[in-house]
Amino acid sequence: MNMLDPFILRAIAAGLGVAIIAGTIGCFVVWRKMAYFGDSLAHSALLGIALGLAIGISTYLSTIIACLAFALILLWLQQKNLLATDTLLGILAHAALSIGMIAISVLELRVNLHSYLFGDILTVTSIELWWIYLGGFFVLLMIILNWPSLVLMTIHEELAKAENVNVYFQNLLLMLLMTIVVAVSIRTVGILLISSMLIIPAATARHLVNSPVAMAITASILGSVAVLGGIFLSMELDTPSGPSIVVTAALLFAILFAFSNIILKNNN
Amino acid sequence: MTSLINANNISVIRQTKHILKDVSINIADRDFITIIGPNGAGKSMLLKCLMGLYQPEKGSVTKRKNLKIGYIPQRMTSNNSMPITVHGFLRLRKKNNENSLQNTVDEIGIEKILNKSLSVLSGGELQRVLLARSLLNDPELLVLDEPAQNLDISGQLSFYRLLERIYKERNLSILMVSHDLHMVMASTMQVICLFNHICCSGKPSVITKDPEFISLFGNDMANMMSVYQHEHDHDHQHTGNEHA
Repeated sequence: MNMLDPFILRAIAAGLGVAIIAGTIGCFVVWRKMAYFGDSLAHSALLGIALGLAIGISTYLSTIIACLAFALILLWLQQKNLLATDTLLGILAHAALSIGMIAISVLELRVNLHSYLFGDILTVTSIELWWIYLGGFFVLLMIILNWPSLVLMTIHEELAKAENVNVYFQNLLLMLLMTIVVAVSIRTVGILLISSMLIIPAATARHLVNSPVAMAITASILGSVAVLGGIFLSMELDTPSGPSIVVTAALLFAILFAFSNIILKNNN
Repeated sequence: MTSLINANNISVIRQTKHILKDVSINIADRDFITIIGPNGAGKSMLLKCLMGLYQPEKGSVTKRKNLKIGYIPQRMTSNNSMPITVHGFLRLRKKNNENSLQNTVDEIGIEKILNKSLSVLSGGELQRVLLARSLLNDPELLVLDEPAQNLDISGQLSFYRLLERIYKERNLSILMVSHDLHMVMASTMQVICLFNHICCSGKPSVITKDPEFISLFGNDMANMMSVYQHEHDHDHQHTGNEHA
């Protein structure tokens, strides 16, 4: 195997694209304690994939639609104020995952379920690369344009409102962006591991930096290193690619966490 | 005297409950108004309506054109998951140049904590930082929602002393919700006692003799902060009794 084989280059390109947007959005997931939301969103993606395969449209598009529907239903139920959000998420996420599984089985869709659940970055096609990069470009553009408002809203929602931030719109935007990130990340690390790509790099970056921008950039870089390391590991040891990327990210976290602890202690 | 904000007979009704009922209030240049009232009296809602963040069901709020408002929220729970320094927070979404930022920082006396992370600040330091942020766009009106509620006594004292100094040195008006009336007594020009409707209003010395005020807060000024559950000897005619 050669590192410059087209399929490996495609895998690297896909992985880096995903790492950059997941690292950035992941910061908001960490700041706003949305980890469970991200996980649930990913669970509902399976329903989207089944939908796309059943009616013959791009599974990226159908995943975005399914995840958006999921997010809107959640918003609607949240406003009813009947149950705590994590309870609602627990109900919705697993219902969506199960409906997706049933749909795949009943409709006898020919799916490599394993590759959707754990990702299969080495089989990414050029069209999929387009999805990742167009989606990723949109996500980054929106984040950059709305950055100050998003960060201020995250620090203090009432303060942001008083300073004329449209908090309702920004919340919706963040949900939409997360949906896109989940949809384009599925082929890289899979439904079950997406939230780790959101959380681990951002969490690793937390104590290495002292500004929100630096944290987003560092998380993107760490995610990229994890992707490269994971692909390399996967090829050398013939391990599954998605889990290899996540393990690399977790190792980076462990090493840098110990490292930053030492730094913190020396500073105090 | 021109009016900064004028609210005319505003009512906020939620599920047949009057949160605010026919409240009229006028904020003029150099006013220092303190709103007091028990929990659930609609104080925060009144602030929202006045700042234009909530459209009351009835009545109207007129603001002076391009009125610059600085807002200081009740408290800021510091979020340890986000790395941001005081300086970074003061720059966020603000167009001030470094010079004017530095002036405000000096004025509030937070230069020593400028490079500290927000998450390590004490309650008093956080309120000062919020105060500094609210002053960055040279507001004509400061709106404070129980700004010292989570501070200890000495923290409250120094915060109010700072606020008083700012009121004297800057050309602005202040609208504040506060229960620490004994601390702001000297500077407050007008007290509005709110319990879904305006019970009474006026100078602190006058208002403490008002029977409605006494029925809401008891005779003893010192008791004021703990008298949220008081007995009514008169009917407020509120449809829902919200205070717990």
